[in-house]
Amino acid sequence: MLDAGIFTQSFMIHAWISGTIVAVLSCFVGFFVIVRRSSFVAHALPEAGFAGGAGAVLFNINPVYGLAAFAVGGALLIGYLGKKERNDVVTALVLVTALGTGALFLGLTNKYATGAYSLLFGQIVGVSSDQVFVTAVLGAVCLLFLAFLYRPLLLDSVSSEIAAVRGVPVRFIEVSFLIVVGLAASVIVPVVGALLCFSLLICPNAASVYITSNPGKALAFSLLFSLVDVWASIVLAYMTGWPIGFFVSMIGALLYACARIFHCIKIHAFKIKTTDCTVVY
Amino acid sequence: MRNIFNLIFAPGFFENAQVINALLLGGVVAAISGVVGVFVVIRGQSFAGHSIADFGGAGAAVAFLLGINTLWGFLGFGVLSAVGVELMGRRAHERDTATGIVLSIALGVESLFLFLDTHYTGQSGAPMLILFGSIFVIKPSTVPIVIGLTVMTAIIICLIYRPLLLCSIDSDLALTRGVPVRIVSLLFIILLALVVEEASLITGALLSTALLIGPAATAMRLTHKMGPAMLCSSVLGMLAMWLGVVLAYDSYLWPPQGRGWPVSFFVCVLILLFYLLGRMHGTIHRADKVSQSAEVITNA
Amino acid sequence: MMEKDQNKTSHAILSIENIKVQFGKRCILKDVNIQVNPGEFIGLIGPNGVGKSTLLKVILGLLAPTAGNVCIGGKTARKGNRSIGYVPQKLYLDPQIPLRGRDLVALGLDGHRWGISLHAKERKKRVDEMLEAVDASRFADSPVGLLSGGEQQRLLIAQALLTEPKLLLLDEPLSNLDIKSAYEVVQLVSRIGHEKRVAVILVAHDMNPLLGVMDRVLYLADGKAAIGTVDDVFCSDVLSKLYGYPVEVLHVNGRIMVVGGNDSGMNGFPLESNCCDSGAES
Repeated sequence: MLDAGIFTQSFMIHAWISGTIVAVLSCFVGFFVIVRRSSFVAHALPEAGFAGGAGAVLFNINPVYGLAAFAVGGALLIGYLGKKERNDVVTALVLVTALGTGALFLGLTNKYATGAYSLLFGQIVGVSSDQVFVTAVLGAVCLLFLAFLYRPLLLDSVSSEIAAVRGVPVRFIEVSFLIVVGLAASVIVPVVGALLCFSLLICPNAASVYITSNPGKALAFSLLFSLVDVWASIVLAYMTGWPIGFFVSMIGALLYACARIFHCIKIHAFKIKTTDCTVVY
Repeated sequence: MRNIFNLIFAPGFFENAQVINALLLGGVVAAISGVVGVFVVIRGQSFAGHSIADFGGAGAAVAFLLGINTLWGFLGFGVLSAVGVELMGRRAHERDTATGIVLSIALGVESLFLFLDTHYTGQSGAPMLILFGSIFVIKPSTVPIVIGLTVMTAIIICLIYRPLLLCSIDSDLALTRGVPVRIVSLLFIILLALVVEEASLITGALLSTALLIGPAATAMRLTHKMGPAMLCSSVLGMLAMWLGVVLAYDSYLWPPQGRGWPVSFFVCVLILLFYLLGRMHGTIHRADKVSQSAEVITNA
Repeated sequence: MMEKDQNKTSHAILSIENIKVQFGKRCILKDVNIQVNPGEFIGLIGPNGVGKSTLLKVILGLLAPTAGNVCIGGKTARKGNRSIGYVPQKLYLDPQIPLRGRDLVALGLDGHRWGISLHAKERKKRVDEMLEAVDASRFADSPVGLLSGGEQQRLLIAQALLTEPKLLLLDEPLSNLDIKSAYEVVQLVSRIGHEKRVAVILVAHDMNPLLGVMDRVLYLADGKAAIGTVDDVFCSDVLSKLYGYPVEVLHVNGRIMVVGGNDSGMNGFPLESNCCDSGAES
């Protein structure tokens, strides 16, 4: 089944490079998505970005710009409206408005909207060398920004009360994080698709927190998981011709299930003696 | 006078059976979404509602491949996932990640089957149909089914109204009063699934959340009483829906020629507009009350 | 008003002069005066909703008072003041949050700084010392989300002390703890306050767990404050004047109860949750 072409063809080389960048990025962003319990935002922003991508296809622009504009715009809107309203409600509203606009763009596209659909389901073989470059640059920006925010963001996730007392600009941190998720989404979506970008953000980290509670190790594990997830998905998508998003989500869910089983075994085998452990599980 | 009428309702609007169907179905679904949506907002289940819709989308994609009415796909998978979410995320702190994982699996299956749909049936419009809705091409035979389900949902909501409200506001209190909280929650999430999936048929799997959350959130900005909030939310939903249908019908005459703009687009934009207006109203209203204290704080 | 302090501003770590806090027409605090000296242990006591949290916010610089001055170490209160350590009431964390006890404490050292930490060794050393000091080394490597309320409280105290503050503020640290943990936390705070010469303000709605360790008590009621030693403040005259309503102070087995009543205290009703149920609040 596997031929050498999977490593030598130029479009596959692009796929491997951008897939790896996406895996690294989603591991670090996803860590905070899990810690901050913002799954819904992580789901909403890529789909909002998709709408922008569809618009870019309609107007013949590079989809990445449309993606970035809508995903970051959505992040700002959620941040702005979220000041005085329950976050999930605002997220849902922003999500559906963006998607409605996306529906319009898709509806107006005259030609069969291959470009737009590949944004929805992921298109690993269609990555051009320009796109690899854009992915690398945006990914690096995202990671640097996240590294800059790291400590105050963690403190705010643990207790925004302490953060505020310490003089951390809590609002700024929160909105910045949304922007990071939006930017990351615009990098990840062209590779794994808007529908499943979310899966890559959530699953590896949700799995790794069941294995260790050391944040450094948790990050290492989720990096491992997301790399395995993406690489295996690239191979499978290449072999079957099916959408890569499907494999990403299935392998991710499998990893999560394995991690939970491992966790249960560990608890029963070693009977960790922390006061609450036995009660919680 | 005639001209103005024609400007608002493009010619043939009321003679078109599809349009009448759309108005009827849209109105019914928007009304029930409004009622259920108020509970969803109170219970903080927006994410669950959205995930259920997406799971339904996967079912619809499967149904499409098998050549069955997509409504059954929506409903079947929707109800299953609703039960799944409720049972998996029993403890509140697990709910976010649990919903996320379930959603991620659903989306994976959905994307695979949508791909297979386009691949094997040769109809490239399948994803568009399922994800973004198709109110004008609903089979007339579906209409009585949807109306029947809606009436059933409405009756059950009436029956469990008070215990449901108590559970939504304070589940511990409800428990001490002898309300079977688990059963009520489960029943509610199944009803939620029914409503969301009906809406999915109309606005598409990705957008049914609009009808569910938008009008309810707006209504709760305008009033704090449950009854009026539900009424207001239903009316707003129906208004958005009908205006959306009218505009979508009219849009056949707009550029680009011969391609209608999707109903979902108009509905979503109208709902956001309502919400922003409602919020502004709420802010002005509240500003009267707090202006003095704000003054004091800024002075200090 | 009923202030009673010997040494004035010169070396007081915290001085509050005549502050008043008002929201709209509602007056939350008025004429509150207090000077806190280094190493002093102050219990901030009062029924729920009386403005204890508001006073904390004012000291922390999160809320500007409508009138009056608040100085910490001679400087006006502001946000992000490193000479104050703050311990919040409770953490709301998932059991699965990938964070160990020591990571939480380390955030106290540099959580407010941008970027990632570059001095891992020195950081670890200081965190270890502090974990030792609050007797938390035992569970330092367990997931924070799985620790009991008392254990989390210890970590939070350690976290607050890492910047070597001159003043430690604890917002209702005892309200979610059982009696034994509450006792241990109070002893810990008292010991550390003396060892490190840190002034402590501990907020509580029940004064009894603090009776042995408090140097002075700041009692809030009806927006007004009384400050002094336990015996000075907990007498019927002072509290009746504060409440504007006849109040009896009863001493039962070395514990104090504040009850309201007209002429005889015995048929009154308790104004203050009392003696033996400090753990039952949650």
